[in-house]
Amino acid sequence: MSSKDRLPIFPSRGAQMLMKARLKGAQKGHSLLKKKADALQMRFRMILSKIIETKTLMGDVMKEAAFSLAEAKFTTGDFNQVVLQNVTKAQLKIRTKKDNVAGVTLPVFEWYQDGTDNYELAGLARGGQQLAKLKKNYQSAIKLLVELASLQTSFVTLDEVIKITNRRVNAIEHVIIPKIENTLAYIISELDEIEREEFYRLKKIQDKKKINKAKVEKAKAELKAAGLLKESNQPANILDEGDEDILF
Amino acid sequence: MKGCIFNIDNGYLEGLCRGFKCGVLKHTDYLNLVQCETLEDLKLHLQSTDYGTFLANEPSPLAVSTIDNKLREKLVIEFQHMRNQAVEPLSTFLDFITYSYMIDNIILLITGTLHQRPIGELIPKCHPLGSFEQMEAIHVAATPAELYNAVLVDTPLAPFFVDCISEQDLDEMNIEIIRNTLYKAYLEAFYAFCKEIGGTTAETMCEILAFEADRRAIIITINSFGTELSKDDRAKLYPRCGKLHPDGLAALARAEDYDQVKGVAEYYAEYQKLFEGSGNNPGDKTLEDKFFEHEVRLNVNAFLQQFHFGVFYSYLKLKEQECRNIVWIAECVAQKHRTKIDNYINIF
Repeated sequence: MSSKDRLPIFPSRGAQMLMKARLKGAQKGHSLLKKKADALQMRFRMILSKIIETKTLMGDVMKEAAFSLAEAKFTTGDFNQVVLQNVTKAQLKIRTKKDNVAGVTLPVFEWYQDGTDNYELAGLARGGQQLAKLKKNYQSAIKLLVELASLQTSFVTLDEVIKITNRRVNAIEHVIIPKIENTLAYIISELDEIEREEFYRLKKIQDKKKINKAKVEKAKAELKAAGLLKESNQPANILDEGDEDILF
Repeated sequence: MKGCIFNIDNGYLEGLCRGFKCGVLKHTDYLNLVQCETLEDLKLHLQSTDYGTFLANEPSPLAVSTIDNKLREKLVIEFQHMRNQAVEPLSTFLDFITYSYMIDNIILLITGTLHQRPIGELIPKCHPLGSFEQMEAIHVAATPAELYNAVLVDTPLAPFFVDCISEQDLDEMNIEIIRNTLYKAYLEAFYAFCKEIGGTTAETMCEILAFEADRRAIIITINSFGTELSKDDRAKLYPRCGKLHPDGLAALARAEDYDQVKGVAEYYAEYQKLFEGSGNNPGDKTLEDKFFEHEVRLNVNAFLQQFHFGVFYSYLKLKEQECRNIVWIAECVAQKHRTKIDNYINIF
């Protein structure tokens, strides 16, 4: 276990608690992010299928619109320029709204009609019906285009967000969680090591103490036997309680 | 004797015009064109007709708009050749024909001026048949009032303007209404002019112009349903020189839906036929198609008589229809939309 795979932390009980809390946090975050990624993915798929649908529809609608232009030209003659010169502002305009998917704001475009039809009377003397049809066809084409643009933008935004989320999920799953787990394992093993050392030390001290005691007893006994040692009647020192040092 | 006098001035041009008329595409030519798979094929087929190599210098890929432009160019050259040779009163007659294009051009320029577009950009977009000397001068006028006072009064269209459109109208009126008012004045003037010439010319031309007037009245009525155009305004746009005048027009002015228009047309044998054959279902011919067919028939009939000016008008109209036909077929070929390719109007 190299020091790269774990956090630089001093192995202690406190650090262990800290790590446990972090592990839990990481796991919770992982599951939440996973859920978000799934939700985004679902939306992504939905948008994708809608884009495909709209694009195929677009082809047909555009074709029809272009053809109705040809039809209108056939009956009305060349009306391009007059219409072009008459343009002052766009009739269909776009409003942006925001849609929220799992915390991601997606721009949604919405068309709305601004003002009245300036060309209501165009083709009054010739081809009015064709022109009306032409207007209708191109309007539906534009609506489809707006829808497609909205879907495409959502698609790009979602794609970006999904990439980021997936990267985070993977980072938590494959880097952060193993790292914390490694750190925890390291702390536990270190703590065990310290405990074993401590235990051994205690044993050793007790051994030493036993040996010392035996020696003292022995010396006392010898002195007693020689009659050298009298029972001391001195009052005990108030400070010296005769205890062993508490410290091992 | 009549032919002798006519031929002194106009014999060459009538012969020329009838010669041009032989170049108009026949039914078999259309059948060939309809078979084309690509625009290149179309070009190849057109080469075998009177159009010859008019598309030879165009680089491929060929666009439909190029074909359109070239077709128009050819027509304009032919017409201007005739115009340059003409003497009175044929020259005035030919000028009258160009006035309808002039109206379109003027309308385009007025729209452009009102929206502050540079006139230099607009001039090339005008129809070449309707160009006139004063056209370039329009850019001098900055305001609609100046335009009216300084430029429009000098154009050949001035009489039409003076009668029906005042200075304030330029600013306020819908441009389409101005156009249709002008056109109405133009048709009535042209009708009166043809009557004045008299003889066979009056006979053939009045027939065609009367139909044109009636068609406008009917179509304007139908197209105005559901728009803001009021009945009074609508009635002012009806040219008063057709067969519908005056009873039919009054009835049209009161009409409120398609069926009432149809009811009015039923009093007139020739229009009743057109209404009966038309429908809006797919596969049916629309009313406008029917009108086109009738117009073509009238124009072809004009060639049945000799020593009159109607042939020039008819030739131009037929040629225009032919250009639209070719462009239509070209569009169908280019867009691979073959189901409706047969909707062109057959001429001969």
